[in-house]
Amino acid sequence: MEEVRNVFRRRKITNTCFFAGMILIFAAASMVTGFHVADGIRSFPAAAEWIVSNLVPDARALGHLPKILDRLTETALLSAAVTVLAAVFAFLFSLLGSDILKIHWAMKRMVRIAAAFFRNVPDVAWAMLLMFSFGQNILTGFFALFFTTFGLLTRAFVETIDEVSSSCVEALEATGAGIFPIVFQGILPSSLPGVLTWVLYMIETNIRSSTLIGILTATGIGYLFDLYYKRLDFSSASLVVLSIVILVLLIEAVSNKIREVIM
Amino acid sequence: MENVIQRQAVPMELEALMSKNRQGKIKIAPQNKSRTAVKLLIAALVFITAAAFMSFDFQGIDFAGAVSDTLHNIQTVFLEPKLTRDTITGVFYQLFVTFCLGILSTVLGAFFAFFCALLCAGNLAGSFSVHIVKSMVAVVRAVPTVLWVLIFAVSAGLGSVAAVVGLTFHSFAYLTKAYAESIEEVDPGVIEALRAGGAGYWEIVFQAIVPSAITYMVAWTFMRFEINFTNAVAMGAAAGAGGIGFNLFMAGSFYFDLHEMGFLTYVIVIAVVLLEMVSTRVKKKVK
Repeated sequence: MEEVRNVFRRRKITNTCFFAGMILIFAAASMVTGFHVADGIRSFPAAAEWIVSNLVPDARALGHLPKILDRLTETALLSAAVTVLAAVFAFLFSLLGSDILKIHWAMKRMVRIAAAFFRNVPDVAWAMLLMFSFGQNILTGFFALFFTTFGLLTRAFVETIDEVSSSCVEALEATGAGIFPIVFQGILPSSLPGVLTWVLYMIETNIRSSTLIGILTATGIGYLFDLYYKRLDFSSASLVVLSIVILVLLIEAVSNKIREVIM
Repeated sequence: MENVIQRQAVPMELEALMSKNRQGKIKIAPQNKSRTAVKLLIAALVFITAAAFMSFDFQGIDFAGAVSDTLHNIQTVFLEPKLTRDTITGVFYQLFVTFCLGILSTVLGAFFAFFCALLCAGNLAGSFSVHIVKSMVAVVRAVPTVLWVLIFAVSAGLGSVAAVVGLTFHSFAYLTKAYAESIEEVDPGVIEALRAGGAGYWEIVFQAIVPSAITYMVAWTFMRFEINFTNAVAMGAAAGAGGIGFNLFMAGSFYFDLHEMGFLTYVIVIAVVLLEMVSTRVKKKVK
């Protein structure tokens, strides 16, 4: 009985310490950043009012609808194209870095470091860097998204390949198969469902990222939002948000369906 | 590898068991829904990519020239990083500010997500509330973080308040989904045992759900913190949230100072890699 009571007492002490620690960290972080909880709470009613009052687009916003849909399609196509191309390169690259082909340990190290580099350089930095040379072109967003997607997918694919195909590669090696049969008959078919799941996920993520990059580089749907927002044409801006939400939800629903079938 | 097994090598009685395709070759893989779906999906993705490139308006850009300029700039940024405008201490202080923005939004998001997850975990809540909360969370998640920040900036003004609240919204939605999944994995026997012992709702939550799901929740929270840190950098650049992202934005878009951009980028990359290492450690420990 004493022991049971001890367990509960210990749990209580740990929980109290945890919450006290969290509150302390929170307070310190608030001080550093100048964040006030009260201001945060105060911004809620106004933001809710903004959303409700602009949710139904007015006549002017509906007039912008063709332009918004045009940019939205462009953004969706861009995200898909970037992800597919990055996935092709990332798959080839991740073969070099997987444990399975055993090319060379230094190669594996290099691939992982390169992937970490591309993944962690913020897409914002890529976008600004590319702005210098490509200007307000769709290719600025394309390459900015490409580099980060490539880094992320390389890491994901290395893990997928290592997880999925070690036994079938062993079997193929035992039959004396060369490197191309191993890749095309063993690794590719067995890792394809995992790879495609990642591709679908990245398409969805890239739509959101491209909004951000669009705001920075004045291209795509992000630019359109920024334009209406700065003109205080909030109804049109909210129509942009609404269209993005519908697009993302649609893609999410479709990819969930596909995932159910292919996994 | 030879896909086709030589006809003569197969004994007669086995041949009857093998299905063949139209060319008389033996089928070596079953035709099922999943394989067809994979093929269709790949075809669709290739088609969309091709269509995308056909439809893009490249505005007649000088591609070769732009690429060579880019390579030159990449060289300047990554091989000649130098601090010209800010001081080292200033940069690290701004990095710390970004770190704190990440902490604030993760803590707030985790707090709200925990309670919301209780409302949308299938083994705790009714199917009605699961449905409502899940769809609400999906909508919140679909709005890009930067748009949340800008929406809140209408009422709170550009700055840390809008940034934290905006970042919190997205992390809240993400963590609700993750926590709900962790809660759903709790052994139903444990919950049933407590219920049979007459435990109330909060006793079940804090004595059964939290202890058994806490490891997954911690791992998810850490992962989200990593994402929030990178998002906070982006919000500094795109929505005036302060921190190192703002320095990066100023260096890149105002002073056109590639050397400083390089230095800031390296600082950010090193910080994120360190965070990633800590997070992998945590994940290993909790598993």
